[in-house]
Amino acid sequence: MTAAPRPWALLAELTHGCPLHCPYCSNPLELVRRSRELSTAEWAEVMRQAGEFGVVHTHLSGGEPLLRGDLAEIVTAAESAGIYTQLVTSGVGLDDARLAALAAAGLRSVQLSVQHADPAAADRIAGHRAFAAKERAAALVRAAGLPLGLNVVLHRDNLDALDALIQRGVDWGADRIELANTQFYGWALRNRDALLPTRDQLGRARETVQRWRDRLGGATDLVWVVPDYFDGVAKPCMGGWGAVSLTVAPDGTALPCPAAASLPDLDPPNVRDHSLEWIWDHSGAFNRYRGEGWMREPCRTCSRRAEDFGGCRCQAYALTGDAARTDPACALSPDHGVIRALTDTGHPAAAATPAPTGGYAYRKPGGG
Amino acid sequence: MTAAGTPPAPAGWRPALAPAVSLRHDRVRDADLLVLPERVVVLRGSAARILRLCDGDRDLDTIVAELESRFPGAPVADDVRAFLGRMRGEGWIR
Ligand code: SF4
Ligand code: SF4
Repeated sequence: MTAAPRPWALLAELTHGCPLHCPYCSNPLELVRRSRELSTAEWAEVMRQAGEFGVVHTHLSGGEPLLRGDLAEIVTAAESAGIYTQLVTSGVGLDDARLAALAAAGLRSVQLSVQHADPAAADRIAGHRAFAAKERAAALVRAAGLPLGLNVVLHRDNLDALDALIQRGVDWGADRIELANTQFYGWALRNRDALLPTRDQLGRARETVQRWRDRLGGATDLVWVVPDYFDGVAKPCMGGWGAVSLTVAPDGTALPCPAAASLPDLDPPNVRDHSLEWIWDHSGAFNRYRGEGWMREPCRTCSRRAEDFGGCRCQAYALTGDAARTDPACALSPDHGVIRALTDTGHPAAAATPAPTGGYAYRKPGGG
Repeated sequence: MTAAGTPPAPAGWRPALAPAVSLRHDRVRDADLLVLPERVVVLRGSAARILRLCDGDRDLDTIVAELESRFPGAPVADDVRAFLGRMRGEGWIR
């Protein structure tokens, strides 16, 4: 067996602690306790090894990574390993001094989450009064001269505010606005009934995005992450299993995809026990769905298999109980009816008028 | 994305990497990369050589002259200008 190509990117989930309680969070229901988190030295070692074996980019994420008092030290470790760092944050806890320390440590870029254009609605979705802090954080990042990206997870409760959301992003001086239709993992899957949009909402949202793209002419990058439940097309999850990126969870569990914590028999390795390189090349978890050998029909002989890798394993598991099946989001999947039942007109979750919003199971420890 | 829609470079332009962009050599893959907030671009040919001269001090003529003297057989002036124009269109240099 030839060694797998080296990974380009590391998603470092530094903590599952978070002051927000977003119901669309893709973190697992079973959140890692703070006491089990990797230490500063352990994260520094993860970064050192990652840089050494080919990782050039890391998202410092969570939860809320600013809850880690040692965040600047982790940034330094990544930077000295030659890894470009992007902070993925809610903005809560980002003040002038904190940002200055992070920038001095070598932080390259900040991605800020936004829940809604309207402060009250945003705070209701986040389950926390966070909007004002986000607005301040955006201004600080701009003032520091760091690139600013916004990440908006889209769902029934905010899709109709898309125009105002993009306007906010432009007003805040974002370089890039990621409009990410909810991916149903973890807490988002738990809240799917409350989050699933209607086809009409998505149609209008697409038009809004197009209008803004024409108006902005590339000045702000608008990225539309497709709603795979509605498009009949499986997403090329993670660019292939164990192909371009790896995730390290707060307790050191290494995963081919952040959602893979949901697969019951994966038995993922831990950076406390093995080197990243061993994990990448030799662990069962990273080899399980690598390449095409594991595929069954219809993927096995499908002309699209090299582009979408048969879709998402975690979604196949979540919707069929078998992670090796074709992702039901794909219209060719024998299980596609599961998705159609949720998204076709006539189904309660696909009603013409969105149901009243709210009724969320908010993300919180021990809430799974 | 193309450079269409990007206003022409100002006279006396001194190209520099955009703040979001980091140019680095990848030892593991023996490749030159542009690393951005959400993507990595693998540079080919003389791209990295040209971009390394984009330090905000050198203007276009200086960059072309240095390339010609340091790397005989390097891309000619027109190619360098076209390449930098495209990079500017992408927003990777300004
Ligand atoms: S999605 Fe919300 S709850 Fe989940 S980590 Fe991000 S900010 Fe926290
Ligand atoms: S059948 Fe499999 S490989 Fe073909 S398009 Fe669907 S998910 Fe992709």
